[in-house]
Amino acid sequence: MAFRKKTKVQQTLRFTSANHPVRRMRRIREGLIETFLFLCAASSVLVTMGIVGILVKESIPFFEHVNFWDFITGTEWTPLFSEPKFGILPLISGTFLTTTIALLVAIPLGTVIAVFLSEYIGPQKREVIKPILELLAAVPTVVYGYFALLFVSPLLQKIFPTMSGFNVLSAGLVIGVMIIPYVSSLAEDAMRSVPGYLREGSYALGASRLQTAFRVVIPAAFSGITSAYILGISRALGETMVVAIAAGMQPNLTWNPLEPSETITAFIVQVSLGDLPHGSIGYQSIYVAGLTLLVITLGFNTIGFWLRHKFREVAA
Amino acid sequence: MKRSAELALDSKNVSQKKIFDFLFTMLGLLSLMFALITLLALILDLATTGFARIDSAFMTSFPSRFPEKAGILSAWVGSIAVMMTTACCAIPIGIAAGIYLEEYAPKNWVTALIELNIINLAGIPSITFGLMALGIFVYELKLGQSVLTAGLTLGLLVLPIIIVTTREAVRSVPSTLREAAYALGASKWQMIQHHLLPYSTGGILTGVIISLSRAIGETAPLITIGALTFIAFLPTSPVSSDFPYLSFQWLQDPFTVLPIQMFNWVSRPQSEFHVNAAATGLILLMMTLVMNGIAIYIRYRFRKKIKW
Repeated sequence: MAFRKKTKVQQTLRFTSANHPVRRMRRIREGLIETFLFLCAASSVLVTMGIVGILVKESIPFFEHVNFWDFITGTEWTPLFSEPKFGILPLISGTFLTTTIALLVAIPLGTVIAVFLSEYIGPQKREVIKPILELLAAVPTVVYGYFALLFVSPLLQKIFPTMSGFNVLSAGLVIGVMIIPYVSSLAEDAMRSVPGYLREGSYALGASRLQTAFRVVIPAAFSGITSAYILGISRALGETMVVAIAAGMQPNLTWNPLEPSETITAFIVQVSLGDLPHGSIGYQSIYVAGLTLLVITLGFNTIGFWLRHKFREVAA
Repeated sequence: MKRSAELALDSKNVSQKKIFDFLFTMLGLLSLMFALITLLALILDLATTGFARIDSAFMTSFPSRFPEKAGILSAWVGSIAVMMTTACCAIPIGIAAGIYLEEYAPKNWVTALIELNIINLAGIPSITFGLMALGIFVYELKLGQSVLTAGLTLGLLVLPIIIVTTREAVRSVPSTLREAAYALGASKWQMIQHHLLPYSTGGILTGVIISLSRAIGETAPLITIGALTFIAFLPTSPVSSDFPYLSFQWLQDPFTVLPIQMFNWVSRPQSEFHVNAAATGLILLMMTLVMNGIAIYIRYRFRKKIKW
């Protein structure tokens, strides 16, 4: 009996020592797990490096053939012709035109819906409405493309009889509706995180809900609302299938939304549909287009970052 | 005299404010209605055009140049194969990365870089993932235009969604639980394995389902890797009667998926093909809506069940 008791104490003593094999094994295992988890997290950096690396790598030989100045000022984009011309402006105008139309829909509607959900109705109704609204963002984009081409375009042709079947307007409008939930959900989250005492202070001074929303809540939530808009802009710039299906794939330097046009993304799709040999200038042109798109998107994100920073300081 | 005039002005102000409030409520309702009616119109448009086309022959036929004979067999089998590859690639890495960033990561520049990178990755247009896959997976690593390439591409695309939702789910577990586990002598990983993960399953599952529903409808990156081809055969079966019974040949097979098949049919001029596109779109839409519905339900259930 006494013997057994002694060993138990000994065991306990041995177990607490830091060099016990069980403890050492445990430390090694924990270290291995942490390393594995870190590698998984770090792999996301590899993805970004892969994207930027391959876009730059394939773009460099392109600019050995094409003058950079001609590229950013040229008004004709015909990379698949026998006499190819590489002026990116038609694709940029198409991209900005669809994005502008989409934002004209999504920003007013998204903001109004966000204010309405955050300031005008109770949490119970909000919990029901928000997920349903977010379904708009869950619909596959190719389905939106079908909808824009075969439902919205014929509808709009009744208003503008001269409009072509493929046009920027219907694609832009549909993208606008598609990104409403991105704008409204994030903006609403930002508004709801505004502390309640600010609202109560405003009400105590006799302001109405509307005045409180637009003069107190929105200014206080401005940095979050900016993020919502920037996300909306990124989505609209990068949207591919709707424009590829409904806007007609013709590079067209125009500001008329009733005409067909082509965005950077639609051009990449158009080239991918064919069978371009690896390493040809047409193949490189999709990487140059992709790099341009990435630069534009990052540009907007940087502006958004700067705005957030600036207004956060003002609010504090 | 002056007093009553002020009062009258006040009440006029009040009634004016009430009118504006009412008008804004109407505006809010109208905006909401506009968004929801568009969604309804989209569903009804697909249903009225395509619902009659969905039958067993449509599900079990290959694409064809005759619209009435064409079906989506290779497309839905391809979609399932690609989804399985995507899930195997994105779920473990995404959850592991989320746990690392929330539980292990020290506050230093490496962590800040990874976090900034994940935010940026979520904002990068999906088509650039396709360009990356074309350059690296198809040509550098010579994986070809295969199920594996497609699954990896979509996996990387949805990785940020899984990481962000995992972090949110893990963060919502109160620190008292962590401390209780440590007090009982658990190591960090034991605490995560036995306590943190079981409690955050609901949130993680929601993120996984949302990310797969996004991947299943994603078209642009797959077109970029050159997947728009006429596929009238199925990938190799994963089970065979000969030794070793399990085959991974299907990972290297060419494929098509539902959204690509739909894009193919939409871009044809004949309206008979548009009916096929509507039927495919309806199936695709129902799949994503059901997946999102399940995700919402799980989130609701777990939020209701667990009261910290």
